[in-house]
Amino acid sequence: MSARLLAGLAILLALLLVAPALLGGYGLSVLILILYFAFVGQAWNIMMGFAGQLSLGHALYAGLGGYVAAGLYVHYGIGPWAGVFVAITAAVAAGSVIGYLGFRFSLAGVYFALLTIAFAEFTRIGFDNWSWSGGSGGLFLKVERGVTDLANLRGGPVLFYYVILALTVGAFGLCHLLLRSRLGRYWLAIREDAEAAQAVGVPVLRCKMLAVMISAALTAIAGVWNAFYYNNLFPETAFSIGRSIEMTLSPIIGGLGTLGGPLVGAVVLTSLGELFTSVGEALNIPGIKQIFYGLALLVIIMYRPAGLWPWIAARLGLERKP
Amino acid sequence: MTDRNRFTRRGLGRAAVGAALLGAPLPLRFASAQSAPANLKVGLLLPMSGAQALIGQACKRGADIANDVFAELKLPVKLDIVTYDTETKPDVARTQAEKAVEAGCNALVGAFDSGQTIAIAQVAEQKGVPLIVNIAAAPPITESGYKFIVRNFPTAPMLLTSAFEMQKEIFKASGVTPKTAVLLSINDTFGSAMMGGIKAMFPKFDMPYQIVETISYDAAAKDLSVEVAKAKATKADMLMPICRLNDAKLMVQEMVKQRWEPMMINPGTPGMYEEDFIKTMGKYGEYTVSIQPWLNPKSPMTVIVDKYHGAKFPKDQIDIDAGFTFEAMLIAAHAWLDAKSTKPDALMDALRKTKIDDHVMVGGPIQFDAKGQNVNIKGAVLQNLQRKVQVVLPADAAEAKLVFPQPGWGDKRRT
Amino acid sequence: MTADFLLALSQAITKGLLTGMVYGLMALGLSVIFGVMRVVNFAHGEMMMIGMYLAWAAFDALQISPMLSLPLIALLFFGAGYLLQRSLIQPFINRPEHQQFLLLLAVATLIANGCLAIAGPDSRTIQLDSQFDSYELGPLVLDAVRVHAAVVALLIAALLWLFFTHTRTGKAIRAAADNHMGALVVGLDVRRLYAVTFGIGAACVGAAGALMITVIPVTPFLAGDYTLLAFVIVIVGGLGSMTGALLGGLLIGVSEAVAGLLGDPALKSMFSFGLLIVVLLLRPQGLLGRKEQR
Repeated sequence: MSARLLAGLAILLALLLVAPALLGGYGLSVLILILYFAFVGQAWNIMMGFAGQLSLGHALYAGLGGYVAAGLYVHYGIGPWAGVFVAITAAVAAGSVIGYLGFRFSLAGVYFALLTIAFAEFTRIGFDNWSWSGGSGGLFLKVERGVTDLANLRGGPVLFYYVILALTVGAFGLCHLLLRSRLGRYWLAIREDAEAAQAVGVPVLRCKMLAVMISAALTAIAGVWNAFYYNNLFPETAFSIGRSIEMTLSPIIGGLGTLGGPLVGAVVLTSLGELFTSVGEALNIPGIKQIFYGLALLVIIMYRPAGLWPWIAARLGLERKP
Repeated sequence: MTDRNRFTRRGLGRAAVGAALLGAPLPLRFASAQSAPANLKVGLLLPMSGAQALIGQACKRGADIANDVFAELKLPVKLDIVTYDTETKPDVARTQAEKAVEAGCNALVGAFDSGQTIAIAQVAEQKGVPLIVNIAAAPPITESGYKFIVRNFPTAPMLLTSAFEMQKEIFKASGVTPKTAVLLSINDTFGSAMMGGIKAMFPKFDMPYQIVETISYDAAAKDLSVEVAKAKATKADMLMPICRLNDAKLMVQEMVKQRWEPMMINPGTPGMYEEDFIKTMGKYGEYTVSIQPWLNPKSPMTVIVDKYHGAKFPKDQIDIDAGFTFEAMLIAAHAWLDAKSTKPDALMDALRKTKIDDHVMVGGPIQFDAKGQNVNIKGAVLQNLQRKVQVVLPADAAEAKLVFPQPGWGDKRRT
Repeated sequence: MTADFLLALSQAITKGLLTGMVYGLMALGLSVIFGVMRVVNFAHGEMMMIGMYLAWAAFDALQISPMLSLPLIALLFFGAGYLLQRSLIQPFINRPEHQQFLLLLAVATLIANGCLAIAGPDSRTIQLDSQFDSYELGPLVLDAVRVHAAVVALLIAALLWLFFTHTRTGKAIRAAADNHMGALVVGLDVRRLYAVTFGIGAACVGAAGALMITVIPVTPFLAGDYTLLAFVIVIVGGLGSMTGALLGGLLIGVSEAVAGLLGDPALKSMFSFGLLIVVLLLRPQGLLGRKEQR
C-alpha cells in the first residue's frame, strides 16, 4: 500500500474522530448513516465480492441479530456486549444453513438469491406472529434522557457514532487482513474459476461457507447496533427485502470486491439521498426523490458498472495492479 | 503515470463539489425558513410519500389552516410550520427530526405511524425538544418513560373502551343486539395492538355478544376472499373489522360478492369513514358504522375549522387526520401563549399544564396526565350517510339519525 | 360441519384456480424473458403495474373495459419492451447477475415512483358492470370477473403456444434459447430475436396487468410482491416451459387459497416461500423444466 494512500487514510481517520465536534446533530446523523451502510456493505461485500454469492436476503442476519440482542435485553436484562455473541451465533447458524443448502444443491446466481429471499421472507412472517419478539406490534427498548451507559448502549448519538466508527474501521481492517491471507487468495481463485480452483485442491465448500459465516456474523453485529440505536424493531422493516436491497447498494455502486468500495458507495449514495430529499421538498412532488435516486443508480450502473471506487482510485493514481 | 502532486486544483475542485453535496441540504432548508416572522417554529413530520402518503397529506391540510383559524379566534399567535417527509420509514423519520431540530424548530408534531413516532420521540427526548403526537395509537409511546412528549390521540385501549361503550349505546338506540361477533383484523402494528387490546379488555365490559372467532390477514394482502369466506362461515351476527383504507375496500367488496350481510361496527380503526372509501364504494359504502374520535359538529371552533378547510381545499372532506393535526397546532399555540418563551423546558412545562376547554374533537378538555397522555378524548359513532360522514351518537353531538342494523346490499334504500 | 367445510374448500380451490390462471400469464412473461435470455427481470412486477394503471386509466377516462383495451396495451408493451431491450438491456445480457439486478432495480424504482408521482398513492379500482355477478356451478359460486379473466388468460397462453410452435420466429427464438452458439452459426439474428422475446414477455405482462386490475386494486406499492411471485411461479413450474409457468401459477394460486382457509391467512405467503425453498433444493429445474446443461 502506497505511503500516499496511508497518509490519506490517516487524515480521514483523524477527521472522523473529531467529527462530532465539527458537525451539528443533523450532519452527525447523516455521517452515522454513512458509516452504518459502509459497515454493513462491507459485510455483504465479503460474501458477494470475495466469494461470489449473491445474497438478497441479508436483512435476515441483521434482523436476527437485532431481535436476539434486543430481546435478551428487554426480557432478561442482558446487555448488548454479551447479547451480541448470542446474536452472532444465531445469524451464523442461519447463514450456515442457507450456505450449506445452497452449495450442497448447487444453487448459483439468481437461484441462490431467491433462496436467500425466501428464507428472509419466511422469517419475517414468522416473527410477525411470535409474541416473544412482540409480533407485528414491534419490540421497543426503553429510552432515558441524559443517560450515557456504554455497557447497555444507552445514550446519545455521539456514543453510537464512535461505536459504529470503531466497527467500520474494524471491518475494514479485518477485510484487509483476510484479502492478504491464504483464505483471501482461495476466494479470489474461486471467484475467477471455481472448477479450476477445485481441481488444484482449493477447499471450495469450506471457503464459501467461511465467507457466508463471516458475512453473517458482521451483519448480525450491525443489526445489534441498529436495534439499540433506533430502539425499536418491527418484523416488517427488520427483515424486509427493501432493507436487504439497501445493504447491497453501497458495495455494488462503490465497487464490488474492493476494500474501499463500500465506503465510497455509502458516502455517494447517502449524500445523494439527502440532496434529493431537499430537492424533493422544494419541488413538492411525491416520489420525486426516489425518481432522482433511481436515475442516479441507472447512470452509475450503465457507465461505471465496476463501481465508483476503482474509477476514482485509477484517476488518483492509487490503483495497485493485482 | 502518477500525479506528482495530489493536491491539484482539479482535486480541490472535486473535494469542494463533494463537500457541497454533503452540505447542500442545510442552506436550502435555512433559506426557506426565513419567511414571515412568527412566534413559534413547529416542525411537522408526516409520511408525505410512501404507503401512508394519503394520510400525511390529509394531516397537512389541518396544519395549513391553523394560522387562519387562530386569526379568526383572535389568538395572538402565529406559527411557522415546516413540513418534513418521513417517507413512511423510521430511519428517515429520525434524520428528518434531527434536521428539523437543527433548523431551529421549537416543537415537533407527528407522525401518524407508531414506529416513526417512536424514532422521532427519541430525537425529541435526546435534544429536549417537545413532541406533540397528533396521531399514533401504540401504547409504548407514552409508556416508555419519555419526558418530552405529549399525545393528543387515544391509545389503542382508550379507542377500545370508547368502542365498547358506544356499541352499547348503539344497541340501546336501535333496539337490536347481536349474539355473536367475528373479528377480521389486519396483522400490522396497529392491528395487533387492537386485537390484543380487545382480547384483554373484552371480559371487563360485559358485552351482550360473544366473539366466536378472530381472523387476521397480512397487511399486504391484495385480496380478502378467503378471509371473508372464513368469516362468513362462522355465521356470526356481527362483524368487527380492524382495517385500513385499502383493505376496507377489499373487505366490503368481497362481502357484497359473497352476499354476506352481517351487522357491522368498526371499533376504532381507519378505513371506512375515509373519503376514498366513500367515493370508491358508492352505494355499498353507505350506512357503514365506525366508532372513532371525530370532530364535534356542535363545537364553535369546529365550525370555523370546517369553513377554512372547505375554502382552502374544496375537493377534500375534512377528517380526523386534519382535525387532530389542527389540534396539535392549537396545543402548541396555547403552550407558547402560556410559556411566553420558546425555551424547551418552559414550553414542555406549559405543555404538561395544558387545559383547553374549547377545541375541535369530541370529548372533554385537552389535558395531559403524568405520562403525557390526553385521557379525555372520546369516540363518537359515525355513519356514512348521503356520501358524507355524519356523527349519529352521542346525542349531544349528533347531526343525523343512526340506521342500525345496516340495510342489505340489495336493499332499495341503498342509492 | 364437514359438508360446510368441503364446500368452503372447493370454493377456495376454484377461486385459487381462477386467480392462478392470471398469475400464470404474468409468470409466462417472465418465463419467456428469463428462459431465453437469462435476464433477471427485477422490474417484472412494475411492468405489470403499468399495465394495470393503463387499463384503469382507459376505463376511468373512456369507459373502455380492460378486455377491450387489452390488445392495445399488449401491443404497446411489445413495442416498449422491444425498444427497452435493444437500448438498455442488450449490453447487460452477459454481465454478472448483480449488475443486471441493479440495472433492473433502478428501472423498477423509476417506474414505481413515476406511477406514484403521476397517479398518487391511493389505490385505484375499476367497477365493471359485472363486478358483483357470479356464475353458479352446482353449489359453487364463481366470481364472474375472475372467470372472464381466467378464460382470456388461457386464450393468450394458447396464442403464445401457437406462436412458439408454428411460426418461424417462434421456433427461431426457441432455438436461440436452447443453443446460443448454434443459433449464431446457422445465421439467426440473435439480437433481433432477443428484442422480440423481451417484447413478447412484456406484452404478456401488460396483458396480465389489464386482467389483474379487474380482480385487485392497483397501488404504486404492490409491484415488489408480484415480482417475487412471478419468480416463485417460474421456478416452481420450471424454466423454459410455458405449461410449467401456467401450472406453477395454478399451484401457487390454489395453495394460497387453501393455506388461507386452513391456517391463519396471515401465514399464506409463508406457504409459498416454503414451497419455493423445497423446490429449489429438491428439484431446481421445477416441475416441468428440463435439467440445465452445464
